[in-house]
Amino acid sequence: MKLKTLAAGIALSMGASVMSFNAVAADDTIKVGVLHSLSGTMAISETTLKDTVLMMIEEQNKKGGLLGKKLEPVVVDPASNWPLFAEKTRELITKEGVDVIFGCWTSVSRKSVLPVIEELNGLMFYPVQYEGEESSKNVFYTGAAPNQQAVPAVDYLMNELGVERWVLAGTDYVYPRTTNKILEAYLKSKGVAAEDIMVNYTPFGHSDWQSIVSDVKKFGSAGKKTAVVSTINGDANVPFYKELGNQGVSSEDIPVVAFSVGEEELSGIDTKPLVGHLAAWNYFQSVDNDANEAFIEKWKAYTSEERVTNDPMEATYIGFNMWANAVKQAGTTEVDAVEQAMIGQTTPNLTGGMAMMNKNHHLSKPVLIGEIQDDGQFEVVWETENIVMGDAWSDYLPGSKDLVADWTAPIKCGNYNTKTKECTGS
Amino acid sequence: MRHLLAVFCCYFAVFSVSVQANEQTISDSQISTAVAPSTSMLIQQLVEVKLSKSLPLLERLEAEGGTELLPLFKTLLEGRLYFIKSTKQVVAADKTGSDYQLFDLFSGETLGMMNKKQIKKIRVNNKLRVFLRGAIARLDLKHPDADKRLAAVKALLTSLDSSTLNTLEAIRNTESDEHVLAMIDLALALDLSRSPIPEKRLAAVTVLGDSLESDSRNRLNVMAESDPDTQVKQAAEVALKKINERIEFYDFVDQLFFGLSLGSVLLLAAIGLAITFGVMGVINMAHGEMIMLGAYTTYVVQLMMPEYIEYSLWVAIPAAFVVSGLFGILIERGVIRHLHGRPLETLLATFGISLILQQLVRTVFSPLNRQVESPLWMSGSLEINPVLSLTFNRLYILAFALLVFGLLLLILRKTSLGLNVRAVSQNRSMAKAMGIRTDWVDAMTFGLGSGIAGIAGVALSQLTNVGPNLGQSYIIDSFMVVVFGGVGNLWGTLVAAFSLGVANKFLEPVTGAVLASILVLVFIILFIQKKPKGLFPQKGRAAE
Amino acid sequence: MNQLMRFTRLHGDSKVAPFVAVLVILTALASLGNLLMPQDSIFYVSTYTITLLGKYLCYAMLALAVDVIWGYCGILSLGHGAFFALGGYAMGMYLMRQIGDRGVYGNPELPDFMVFLNWSELPWFWYGFDQFWFAMLMVLLVPGLLAFIFGWLAFRSRVTGVYLSIMTQALTYALLLAFFRNEMGFGGNNGLTDFKDILGFDLQSDKTRVALFGMTALLLGLTFITSHKILKSRMGKVIVAIRDGESRARFMGYRTERYKVWLFVYSAMIAGIAGALYVPQVGIINPGEFSPLNSIEIVIWVAVGGRGTLIGAIIGALLVNYAKTKFTAIMPDGWLFALGAMFVLVTLYLPQGLMGLLQKIRGDKETAKPVETTQAQEAKA
Repeated sequence: MKLKTLAAGIALSMGASVMSFNAVAADDTIKVGVLHSLSGTMAISETTLKDTVLMMIEEQNKKGGLLGKKLEPVVVDPASNWPLFAEKTRELITKEGVDVIFGCWTSVSRKSVLPVIEELNGLMFYPVQYEGEESSKNVFYTGAAPNQQAVPAVDYLMNELGVERWVLAGTDYVYPRTTNKILEAYLKSKGVAAEDIMVNYTPFGHSDWQSIVSDVKKFGSAGKKTAVVSTINGDANVPFYKELGNQGVSSEDIPVVAFSVGEEELSGIDTKPLVGHLAAWNYFQSVDNDANEAFIEKWKAYTSEERVTNDPMEATYIGFNMWANAVKQAGTTEVDAVEQAMIGQTTPNLTGGMAMMNKNHHLSKPVLIGEIQDDGQFEVVWETENIVMGDAWSDYLPGSKDLVADWTAPIKCGNYNTKTKECTGS
Repeated sequence: MRHLLAVFCCYFAVFSVSVQANEQTISDSQISTAVAPSTSMLIQQLVEVKLSKSLPLLERLEAEGGTELLPLFKTLLEGRLYFIKSTKQVVAADKTGSDYQLFDLFSGETLGMMNKKQIKKIRVNNKLRVFLRGAIARLDLKHPDADKRLAAVKALLTSLDSSTLNTLEAIRNTESDEHVLAMIDLALALDLSRSPIPEKRLAAVTVLGDSLESDSRNRLNVMAESDPDTQVKQAAEVALKKINERIEFYDFVDQLFFGLSLGSVLLLAAIGLAITFGVMGVINMAHGEMIMLGAYTTYVVQLMMPEYIEYSLWVAIPAAFVVSGLFGILIERGVIRHLHGRPLETLLATFGISLILQQLVRTVFSPLNRQVESPLWMSGSLEINPVLSLTFNRLYILAFALLVFGLLLLILRKTSLGLNVRAVSQNRSMAKAMGIRTDWVDAMTFGLGSGIAGIAGVALSQLTNVGPNLGQSYIIDSFMVVVFGGVGNLWGTLVAAFSLGVANKFLEPVTGAVLASILVLVFIILFIQKKPKGLFPQKGRAAE
Repeated sequence: MNQLMRFTRLHGDSKVAPFVAVLVILTALASLGNLLMPQDSIFYVSTYTITLLGKYLCYAMLALAVDVIWGYCGILSLGHGAFFALGGYAMGMYLMRQIGDRGVYGNPELPDFMVFLNWSELPWFWYGFDQFWFAMLMVLLVPGLLAFIFGWLAFRSRVTGVYLSIMTQALTYALLLAFFRNEMGFGGNNGLTDFKDILGFDLQSDKTRVALFGMTALLLGLTFITSHKILKSRMGKVIVAIRDGESRARFMGYRTERYKVWLFVYSAMIAGIAGALYVPQVGIINPGEFSPLNSIEIVIWVAVGGRGTLIGAIIGALLVNYAKTKFTAIMPDGWLFALGAMFVLVTLYLPQGLMGLLQKIRGDKETAKPVETTQAQEAKA
């Protein structure tokens, strides 16, 4: 008999959950979903972006909200668990009824969300640099594509520092793999011989860099100026740079240009041995600009004095402002209308100039190269003269060089083959 | 051309020092009196010039000035060159606290404190740094210190031009230090190897063949491939082969060192576990978090004594031992005691504790990694020859690991605690019957094991991230080491740690880092199936 | 239903029938609620809820697999997530092949991730996965084979207790590292995703989701009954005997390692099935599933519910995961504290889990023998 009570208990609790899942949202606010991990391994990076979105919403509400309604943030925690990203997206759209989602960090989380957001026709802004090779109708990519970060950085090293030999070192996942594929093809197209390129992959959180740094050193002693292009991710960077410093590889001998090391990552490192190593981003906190100063001030007031700003925050800032403008222009938060209104939107960058949303759902932004300083900030040493348009599909990969993304009529396709004149895939 | 000028200026500077001393009266008050007015004008331009236009300015400076500009170049290279916004005076500055201590560029006397808003940094980039290093080297050729001269010649090897060579030839006659002399000879031989006369090139090959410097090897490579004279070509090939053989040997030594170093890290991480797991039979999944606590203790110690980073580690080691040890005793008293004789449950409970500790650290210190500085004596490397250098931090940690191991062995062998611990581990009930307070021994053993994990944390803070996940990345490896070495056997742990470290490092160049660790894991899994008690099983009836 | 009742009654246990009945009824209700009810009805069950429940049921099946070997045979596996993930990958590979030329590059042979990493042809181990039957065979075979090899080696050389636990953890860790490698050809860190359909049914339609959910409930019921039957059989008695005193069982002439190996293989296969059902419902499989932390979490579900009871494992998995969903929504930072405390408190105060608590309250001492005392001595040897 005891089982009956138990069974009843389960039935009751399940019933309760079913009921609670069906809560219907009130319609007098515009709901903004925030899908960033607040726990787990990605929490380090993502909580910052959650705070950024909340700050932007607060500010927009001070200005009177949008379309006469207040914005209401809905924060969920996908806990750095990739399947959970998909689940929480479904929750945000169907259960909470959000009009837009700001979220994700890393490609795998975005790939996990993608089928759900396309099925339910939601709208998401992805604020982190990534490998490209994607364009979805329901996603806007406000971080850098490889041609907005990697390619200009290599150009800088080649032209300004006269680098002839290249080490492409990365963590073994899709962003470094694709970026390095693109760079390899790009370098070869510039006449770099295959033996002057060394590619190396390490696992996440790799901590013993002795052999690899010593290999880099050997590779760099062949008489040609050598540079390391690093797509090493997060935690693995600290031991990597420490080993570089200890083995006496200075930024003058072998400069390292990184694409995943920003102000926030540097705040956990003693940067004295790293001075002179480089990073390529679309934004640096140190950029001297009124808009930037105001933003930093607001950020510090919103969080705390010792917090820093970084590139994904600027990408979130741009994405949020563009969305707000697009909603105003469309006069509704309805996804299809906002999506069309987004294309062609311009909004000021924090570094000066205007960012523009292209019809491939990627931004045009300036590219900056900075050198690490001993205070954990970057000094801008070079920037592109014009804004660079983000490429959804790389011109340097055999599989994608014929593909373009164009979400305007009549093409309306994320992967349009210019040769066969058709939209590949479904 | 500019090098010729530079060299000329070097000579000139030597003569002109005395002259300048008399011209002090007219020198600009903003710039120290050590330099000529024209130079001080140039220095003043540094304040206004754009970063991209700094290089020509510095080149002119080098051409006009002499050794007296060394402090300027060095300060600029170190990124300590600032100017005072109001007076445009160029000064050196060091950050002390939130303000900056200013120094006169040339005399080095202190000029008082200023805050961040009052001064502005004179920026440098990589290109400038490369130039500055060359310029400093050219000026350093005459340095009284032989080591400095050696470094200077070495730095110039890649950028030899006729003027530098002339200088080198000139100072060769007066040079007395044999190392510097050899380096100069090498530089000259590098030049000689480009001579049109085959005999000279042949002579150069003999000199180059004796050196391990990458420049000479690169030059020989070119000669062995494309020298028009077959005799020279052959000689170069032979010399190259000899060099490569030597390099191969040093590479082997290098890899062995890498392996031992990885082994020492594994040993430090595992040795505490060897005690708790091996002696007490307790699976402590929170062991990694004890390491993490040690690393965070280092961070806190450095926070408390920011002025004495050099000595912070000496304070951190005992502090970490105490902190982690206390946590260990707390865990033993609070949880493990109640689960005595239920090893699988201990595993689960301590896993829970590890989650709690991680989250605790996240809440207290933020989820971001914390910045632990390396003292100067831990940075850099011991250069044995151009292809073999051992990094100091790894060397010290290797020595430290062995020291800790030795101490632990001593404790277990020579102290009464050690005697008790061994007795309990061999036969608990018998020991109890003999009047040993097993409860107390358990708590102390666990505290000791955890404390040592804390010490490991201090060492690891010098190598890797100090963050909430620090412990997790070492826990599986530590277990592997202990199980592989044989539970309850400290020597086994030592052998296991070093053999796994070395194996990993010798596999890595062949298979890559990931596959190497996978292969090592698979090897251990298979090995344990073959010898379930590890390399050195505990013997005796009680061990069953 | 009646047949089911009769079947279980025949086997002399009153627990199985009501439990399976509740499972079937709830599943049916939820499914009907999703398909038939209008959206604004209070009986409407959203698709979100359906996929969530489907996921919980997969976890429940996984917990069942762990309980079979831990609760009844004393083998604490800290690597069952590996079998789950392998089953998931087998299913994922099938779903990947089903995409065909609808991928973004339109390559009919190669999955997208292979195209942009410049693979020219399909690796050999991907052959056959375009056939459903083959993939399903692999869902059982791959985890089964791995479990067989591992178990055969381990149990034959009498690796037991904590050693075995650590080895299983090392196993899943090694697989985690391996699957992270892009060279392996399983999509690296991104894993497999962007599935379109299964057996021709659109994965994004509600009907397919409900069908998958129903399938999961059905298979959970089936594996539950089968496991129950096995453990009540003669073989089951031997298995419990091995748990309580392996040496004694061996001395009595039983080839204990054989029993252990086959039970281990059986358990791994259930985990594989659970993984295969999990993947189409959550829409992604990646190496994260191999993480040792996941495997330890499974153990805690079983411990919370009460090991050695089967029902306890299922209830534990459902409850803990439901709590996790709710808890992480309310205070994300607190979840790890709660999970950690749960580990400590359950092992300290609830060694028999909720089922044990229930029995204590009822003063019922007929079933669920105390597990740990004898087993612990065994583990030490």
